[in-house]
Amino acid sequence: MYTASDLRKGLKIELDGVPYEVVEFNFVKPGKGQAMYKCRIKNLITRTTQDRTFREVDKINKPDLEERIVHFSYEDGHHYVFTDPRTFEEFSLSPETLGDARYFLTEDCEVSLLRHNGQVIAVEFVKPFVEKEIVETEPGVRGDTATNVTKPAKIDSGYELRVPLFINQGDWVRIDTRTGEYVERVARR
Amino acid sequence: MPPPSADHPLAIRARMLAAIREFFHDRDFLEVETPVRVTTPVLEPHIRAVPAGGGWLRTSPELHMKRLLAEGWPRLVQIGPCFRAGETGPLHHPEFTMLEWYRAGAGLDEIERDLRELLPFVAVRATGRNVIRRGEGETDLTAPWAKLEVAEAFRRWAGWDPLAAWDEDRFDLDLVGKVEPALPRDRPVALTGYPPQRAAFARTAPGPPPRAERFELYLDGVEVANAYDELTDRTEHEQRYAEWAAQRQAAGDEVHPLDDAFLACLGRLPRCAGIALGVDRLAMLLCGAESLDPVLAFRERPPEV
Repeated sequence: MYTASDLRKGLKIELDGVPYEVVEFNFVKPGKGQAMYKCRIKNLITRTTQDRTFREVDKINKPDLEERIVHFSYEDGHHYVFTDPRTFEEFSLSPETLGDARYFLTEDCEVSLLRHNGQVIAVEFVKPFVEKEIVETEPGVRGDTATNVTKPAKIDSGYELRVPLFINQGDWVRIDTRTGEYVERVARR
Repeated sequence: MPPPSADHPLAIRARMLAAIREFFHDRDFLEVETPVRVTTPVLEPHIRAVPAGGGWLRTSPELHMKRLLAEGWPRLVQIGPCFRAGETGPLHHPEFTMLEWYRAGAGLDEIERDLRELLPFVAVRATGRNVIRRGEGETDLTAPWAKLEVAEAFRRWAGWDPLAAWDEDRFDLDLVGKVEPALPRDRPVALTGYPPQRAAFARTAPGPPPRAERFELYLDGVEVANAYDELTDRTEHEQRYAEWAAQRQAAGDEVHPLDDAFLACLGRLPRCAGIALGVDRLAMLLCGAESLDPVLAFRERPPEV
């Protein structure tokens, strides 16, 4: 259990069984009133934020959260299997749990699994940028280096993203796994 | 901190302090300095005093100010440090500067008039303009005030009336979560007609419903000053002290002994009104700052006691 005076930016708490992270907090105390902590908290499952004010005397649950760094091993058609390199424990995740992250997996890449009560609730790449080959896009417009005009393109996993006009099929690009967006063209691997 | 210059927050603060003194001097107020270390601090709930050398650092100078009013002084002003343990945040510092002034034979209207004149006078002296500019908007210190009854403000923005059914926790949470963020910011706002449970040292009008003769001034959504039509009745003081003592006991806060010297003055205390204004907060607003940091020469955090 935490008390409200333990609250600080980055603290992870649990409300009604849901884990949250405190992203902003302020001490407030209206004239003649009690001390309170006005917080913005982020739901660690849905990633949405909300405002919540705690009284100084409020008790707040500590969530059972565990972070594991694992390596991607293989995909068996329905699930994606990861291995903890220290314990050799395997974690099998569904495409729904992984979300768009499943499109950016590369052999042996490291991801961090955030588990709440044993359930994986968030997957993040340890290195947030990945390099992928464009397997499908309209032919490039040579010399057009503008990056604000874009066209659709596909990578090998089938993920579709917007890339600048000068990108060709067979080019390699860097993608930010947190946003799923194109960052820049990189040298062919 | 920016380099020393006339626009530096500390320079704005210094001009503000000089203007406050000039304002009250011109109106024939007596500036006083009452004890900073006191033998027994104010007993109000939710306020924690810092112990000092067998006594306590004052959380407010109000009881001594009222003792001087009881001696017959008609107009009093004080600017000085106050201390409240555990209050640290963007708008709080455990050591802060309070401006208090009192008028004998007066009520809230006279205090409000002082404040209406003081704010633009001080702002022009400190910053060259009579508005507060902070973030997006502007607060015109010469504009007619928005005067809001607590009951009306809560009905409008929180959906209930704390004067009809008192709920302390709900009141505090909704005040900071729903009411304060919704207050107009383009002009000064006075929130008035508090529930009797939040009368503090204000007299209560019988009603129905009974309401405390008290107002809080908000500038750009920030609570800046708290005014009372002062409670002068000794029996009612003793009743409130008993309630506060019980609340402090329940909350695990120290229950300080009664201030006998103050109680003894009550027979001679005339009808009077007074106000406490957070000097650091006003300086912060005049500087356009979002926290007290720039207007505090040093923000030191001694270990909490």
